[in-house]
Amino acid sequence: MGISRNTRLRRHKSNNSVIPGFTLSLGVTLTMLSLIVMIPLASVAVVMTGYSLAEFWATLTDKMALHAYWVSLSCALTAAIINVVFGIMLAWVLVRYDFPGRRLLDGLIELPFALPTAVAGIALTTLYSDQGWIGSLFAPYGIKISYTTTGITLALVFIGIPFVVRSVQPVLEKLDRQTEEAAAILGASPFTTFRRVILPELLPAILTGFGLVLARGIGEYGSVVFIAGNIPYETQIAPLLIMVKLEQFNYAGATSIALVLIVLSFVILFTIHRLAGQIERRIKGGADT
Amino acid sequence: MKKWLALITSVLLILTLVSCGTQAGAPGTTTTGPEAKPPVEIVNVSYDPTRELYANYNKLFQAYWKDKANQEVTITQSHAGSGSQARSVLEGNEADVVTLALEGDIDTLVTGGLIKAGYVNEFPNDSAPYTSTIVFLVRAGNPQNIQDWNDIVKPGVQIITPNPKTSGGACWNFLAAWAYALDLYAGDEVKTQQFLKDLFANVTVLDSGARGSTTTFVENKQGDVLLAWENEAFLAQKEHPGEYEIVIPSISILAQPTVAIVDAVVEKRGTSEVAAAYLEYLYSPEAQQLEAENYYRPSNQDILKKYADTFDLNLKLVNINDDFGGWTAAKAKYFVDGAIFDQIYKK
Repeated sequence: MGISRNTRLRRHKSNNSVIPGFTLSLGVTLTMLSLIVMIPLASVAVVMTGYSLAEFWATLTDKMALHAYWVSLSCALTAAIINVVFGIMLAWVLVRYDFPGRRLLDGLIELPFALPTAVAGIALTTLYSDQGWIGSLFAPYGIKISYTTTGITLALVFIGIPFVVRSVQPVLEKLDRQTEEAAAILGASPFTTFRRVILPELLPAILTGFGLVLARGIGEYGSVVFIAGNIPYETQIAPLLIMVKLEQFNYAGATSIALVLIVLSFVILFTIHRLAGQIERRIKGGADT
Repeated sequence: MKKWLALITSVLLILTLVSCGTQAGAPGTTTTGPEAKPPVEIVNVSYDPTRELYANYNKLFQAYWKDKANQEVTITQSHAGSGSQARSVLEGNEADVVTLALEGDIDTLVTGGLIKAGYVNEFPNDSAPYTSTIVFLVRAGNPQNIQDWNDIVKPGVQIITPNPKTSGGACWNFLAAWAYALDLYAGDEVKTQQFLKDLFANVTVLDSGARGSTTTFVENKQGDVLLAWENEAFLAQKEHPGEYEIVIPSISILAQPTVAIVDAVVEKRGTSEVAAAYLEYLYSPEAQQLEAENYYRPSNQDILKKYADTFDLNLKLVNINDDFGGWTAAKAKYFVDGAIFDQIYKK
């Protein structure tokens, strides 16, 4: 251990990294981070000055707001779980099988990112409304998709597809097939192999993807606002409530709700990041000994 | 090969020149004299359903201004929910003129110091060159037999309207319904509020702007009745002939979309003259005619009477100043956080 730490230190000093200059690159990184992330986030605090703690608390705990957080959080959570299941399947199919059109399918994965969210929202709403192509198939069974929380979840699943697929895919590609063969030789069933050999390796990537879908879903506005019915206490999402407050020039109120979403997303991402890190260390540690 | 290329290029060039020539020559036919002023550009920030109106009006005004001041004017249009448009101007969207859905939205620009107080008296008719009102749009044959406001609060009727917190048109919808119920219950506000509560319990989609609601009702075929601007209802009917009917309720509200010069911006950009002319010309007979053709009720009574076939001129209309004590009072009572609209949704 002692030796390895020494070599690492020496390498750091001897400056033979690909990117020149530790100080320079750190400086650029910090400047970029401040300009693009930290300062806009800090401005949130500035807007809030002059808003008393009591007012802030009243806005945060307003029943309508509480319900809006719940709609955003529950839909994002459902969407994240759905995306994990289908994301793993999609990544698996793309990595493990070769079939005509595979590259095309691979390219399609990012489409939800490229499409303006409003376009996606309007298209989904029209398709899944009870008069739309797909929605009309469900309508006879009393299932409404557009203008319900199901619709909101659907839109979040759509925009979240790339996250899980693209985090799992590279790990799956690098996975050593010999371990699976060894498991099979030792008598493990395909399911056990997947559960005990493959899944643990994928877990950090899955968690990362899950966290990204969840965080994105909580803050998503563009695609959801069209498919949600926007009815308070039913289908009103938290970002829409921010817009409603902005329209009334209630900047502090809008910012309070934004603050809740930021903290929520940050806590989720931070927890998941730590969890993924722990699992990764455990796997690596296990492999070494 | 090269010869061909040259030929095609020159033909294209000639065509472009010719088309440019006809375009520029069409309005005034007077060729640009030596005293022609440099072209000017103004920005008109408007609300959702006026797209078609201003697309037509801008052409009319360009021709008029070319004739009158010998100056080319380009007009940039912007449309969205009235409230968000006011906010965008307040936050630095440089509009020379605003033509918004209601006075209340322009008032925020007065508070923000961009427009001088008293703008309402700058142009005739409270600075509202055209007015509109709120009507019902129902599907062909009126399957739910909707005739008046009390028909739409019945259980099972699905209503589409935008959210008054984000849409100017929706504020008018709300106030029109309020006026009807207040009259029905002889001034009992508790019962009136319950009426509005029943009404909003029937709302299935609450879009953020008037155009969004029209799309929900017309394109996505949601709901039985759309509470709409009269002009928006006529437009939907025109674009989908035979699919919709307009129902005029017994009471509605005189909706006055207000226009104003954004003083701070025109002073900075030196566009005061053309901006003032742009709004003034909205009152000219040609423009009033155009507004009527786009289903806005012209303020010029003679022209309005010519369109008596289109507009129901006997409809009883309440108005914001006499019946609701002006926009500031109405906003505070009905639409701010925690006011009546929020109480209606409170469980």
